Amino acid sequence: MSVFGKDETAIQKFASSMPLPEFEKTAFVKPKPLHEAKIALVTTAALHLDNKLGFELGDSDFHYEVLPRSARDLKLGHHSVNFDRGGFAADINVVYPIDRIEELAENDIIGAVADNHYSFAGNQPSTVSEIRLDSGPRCAREMIKENVDIVLLTGT
Amino acid sequence: MCTLAHVFELAGLATIVFTPMKDVAERIKVPRALYTAFPLGLSLGKPGDKEFQHKVLKWSFSLLEEPKGPVVKEFPDQITVAEGNQISCPLPPRMNPSLHPAADEAEALYAAYTRAYSKRNRTSIGMQISAEQVPEALQKFAKIVDGEHWAEVGFPNDSLGGSMYGTVHDIRCYYEELACELADGPISPWATEEWFYDQTKAGQLILEARKVMKENGADQSLWFGLATAGR
Repeated sequence: MSVFGKDETAIQKFASSMPLPEFEKTAFVKPKPLHEAKIALVTTAALHLDNKLGFELGDSDFHYEVLPRSARDLKLGHHSVNFDRGGFAADINVVYPIDRIEELAENDIIGAVADNHYSFAGNQPSTVSEIRLDSGPRCAREMIKENVDIVLLTGT
Repeated sequence: MCTLAHVFELAGLATIVFTPMKDVAERIKVPRALYTAFPLGLSLGKPGDKEFQHKVLKWSFSLLEEPKGPVVKEFPDQITVAEGNQISCPLPPRMNPSLHPAADEAEALYAAYTRAYSKRNRTSIGMQISAEQVPEALQKFAKIVDGEHWAEVGFPNDSLGGSMYGTVHDIRCYYEELACELADGPISPWATEEWFYDQTKAGQLILEARKVMKENGADQSLWFGLATAGR
């Protein structure tokens, strides 16, 4: 979608005609009270640790990267020339609000911050079958194993 | 992102999607979404503005009170590209006349880059080159402007397109990351990209090399991605 650069009208026009996968039902979990809930972040900004290879260009990279809670040395793997990277360059939290949720935990507004957070490539084939059937469910299992209650999903 | 929300919710996790695409969130029936009318890449709205980011989070948490979904709630504040401010960063005077002015500029800005890096402890440079190689990479683009063939200025021929694209990605990251260090005030949407291509010698050189390639019959796959669409 970043192919449209800063043309917001073109972005919205494209979005409204974009083919989307169909979900017959919307699962809807009743969450724990926020002050008891453990929160994880999942981003589709293709973030990865500095010492990892990261993500491939194109729409065939379905894997996810684990972002440990303490990691801030993250690279933005969304490489499109038509994407504005200035916000992320200035402040990691505008894409990946890890410091903000740490502050919320310190102030007892949320229960806890997960030890691990996750990153996918945003550019996926229109069927999204791999993240729907393979890497997505695996990521969910990792979070459930860590007793995560609420997931905040951000993209680029 | 919306697909992952369905997958996670089905597995037993409560989810909140932050999206500037209200239409997509509604059509895909995402369980809970906060529609934020912000430009792409700015999920929490304003870089460096803790208070604003906490306001976005607070609004998102109000979705957890909803008894059923799918539900999309709209964040009240909007951010548009048009309302952004330009950034002003001082550029260095000529230091080393033996270098192309763009390479000289990049070399003189290295101290600002290292300050930015040590403050944030992260960089997105590394798709093709390192920060130290930025001046040398700019010399290659200078050779294209001077008439040398793009395939003969030092980019690996077996991956010419990817190499040039990755090199420009890294040069732009170098400048945009150091711009965040030099600029006074907040970083508006697209402000670092506009500063790079409109104000710096490096950005101007890449635009000129791109134009020369286009005019001399280079395949579009080689030159098009060296600058933002519309340039």
